[in-house]
Amino acid sequence: MSVPLAQWLSSEAPTSRRHAILSNAYRGVRSFLANPTALAGLVIVAVLVFLAIFAPLLTMGQSPLDQDLAGRLAAPSAAHWFGTDELGRDVFARTLYGARVTLTIVALVSIVVAPIGLAVGTIAGYLGGWVDVVLMRITDIFLAFPRLVLALAFAAALGPGIENAVIAISLTAWPAYARIARSETMTIAGSDFIQAVVLQGASTRRILFRHIVPLCLSSVIVRLTLDMAGIILTAAGLGFLGLGAKPPTAEWGAMVSSGRDVILDQWWVATIPGIAIFIVSLGFNLLGDGLRDVFDPKSA
Amino acid sequence: MIAVDDLNVTFHNGGRSIHAVQGISFNVAAGETFGIVGESGSGKSTVLKAIAGLVPSTSSVLEVDGRPAARRRSRAERRLLQLVFQDPYASLHPRQTVDGILREPLVIHGVADIDDKVMAAIADVGLLPMHRFRYPHQLSGGQRQRVAIARALILRPPVLLLDEPTSALDVSIQAEILNLLANLRQSYSLTCILVSHDLAVVAHLCNRIAIMQLGKLVEIISAADLRSGTVTADYTRELIAASRGFTRAPSQNQVVLS
Repeated sequence: MSVPLAQWLSSEAPTSRRHAILSNAYRGVRSFLANPTALAGLVIVAVLVFLAIFAPLLTMGQSPLDQDLAGRLAAPSAAHWFGTDELGRDVFARTLYGARVTLTIVALVSIVVAPIGLAVGTIAGYLGGWVDVVLMRITDIFLAFPRLVLALAFAAALGPGIENAVIAISLTAWPAYARIARSETMTIAGSDFIQAVVLQGASTRRILFRHIVPLCLSSVIVRLTLDMAGIILTAAGLGFLGLGAKPPTAEWGAMVSSGRDVILDQWWVATIPGIAIFIVSLGFNLLGDGLRDVFDPKSA
Repeated sequence: MIAVDDLNVTFHNGGRSIHAVQGISFNVAAGETFGIVGESGSGKSTVLKAIAGLVPSTSSVLEVDGRPAARRRSRAERRLLQLVFQDPYASLHPRQTVDGILREPLVIHGVADIDDKVMAAIADVGLLPMHRFRYPHQLSGGQRQRVAIARALILRPPVLLLDEPTSALDVSIQAEILNLLANLRQSYSLTCILVSHDLAVVAHLCNRIAIMQLGKLVEIISAADLRSGTVTADYTRELIAASRGFTRAPSQNQVVLS
């Protein structure tokens, strides 16, 4: 980066709205990059996204679904880097395509869970009174559902599939976000800068979405990133039980499950997707830790 | 301009209730600056918050500009008065620039020429155009309080409530802010209520001063009375003696404030 640009970005006296936003973002990125574990997490997640997007190129056209019964359970070799599974499918291709399924689940769960949690939490925390009581008891009810059992029930009722796994995970994951957002909101709501916008005559919706939500967002994002590992593990667990993605789809949990019978003789079938689950979960955890360090005003 | 009669504020905290303001009555004429002094916990800030509608209160009369000031207020009623908070470190949104903070009230009230008005407000309180896009953490305490004053005045309210506007600031900055407030009061012919525990500040800025103790009004005196010490209530005399500070040879009749 050229020196004038860096100076412009780290300016203490921004000259336009865009400049102020950019230099604030620049400071955040700088403090994030200064944190080695966070950077490691970011690299892992970035590599995962890269592998998922370019899976067809990286596997050189090798389909994750092509069966080769003559070459089943082949050991890792130049032709099949990670060996083949019990139907002769290439484990390398299946692992890369499995990253797509995992990312889809993670992305869908985040999109569903964060807005619901934020909305319920901030509304309950800001309005208080009976609204708070009602919303928080609903939250308690959802918190009381065991995640896997609910997912089992869903799969039994609606049939296995990624969408149903996402619904099951989301239904049990949002209450935690509502609780975080509520406690954050309760500390923010009494502060002078919120009283000031009340005095200015701002509507409740404006106060919630323009003044309170931006301040709750950072802790929700941190929590979401830290939860990613749990979401991935739950998705893999559902796949392992045969309740996640439907069979021919390459899904890491289902791959571990199918390699279970041959784990002693053909270790690669179960171990490779297991390692993938481990590394990706670790990556999201490191990233979440790093984001927490960046966003936490007390550590700044 | 402001009429308060038999104002009561009670806070309920769990099973306990605290009667923070007990039957306060006073009137503030248009263009007047009215001071409220008292020690910590005397309920003086609560009186301001009740007039601003930020805490629930009961009263036989609570009027601003001849209109009853209820807890729920229309947008037009909100425009009648604004409040400058005590702590400039807590009264500005940490994720908004000065520009965003000053723009907000104009956007809420649908005012035109927002950019010009923001620039004018910044100049009004003695800030520079270079401060416009800074975040609060890039400003000093005095600059933050100037932003808070600009925000309070940007809608041109006839009434300005000041809740210890200088107590969180450095002594050298306090005089600057007080002079700024005195000038703005002049140029916008504001009606002010100033809450403070600093008798010198109040004597400097106010026409009349209410003394409060433990949620009750002790007496209302003029600034001249305060300066000359011609007061009737014992508590006021104690307060004046206490504000003169520690002297090495205490007078015989010195009373310890409890």
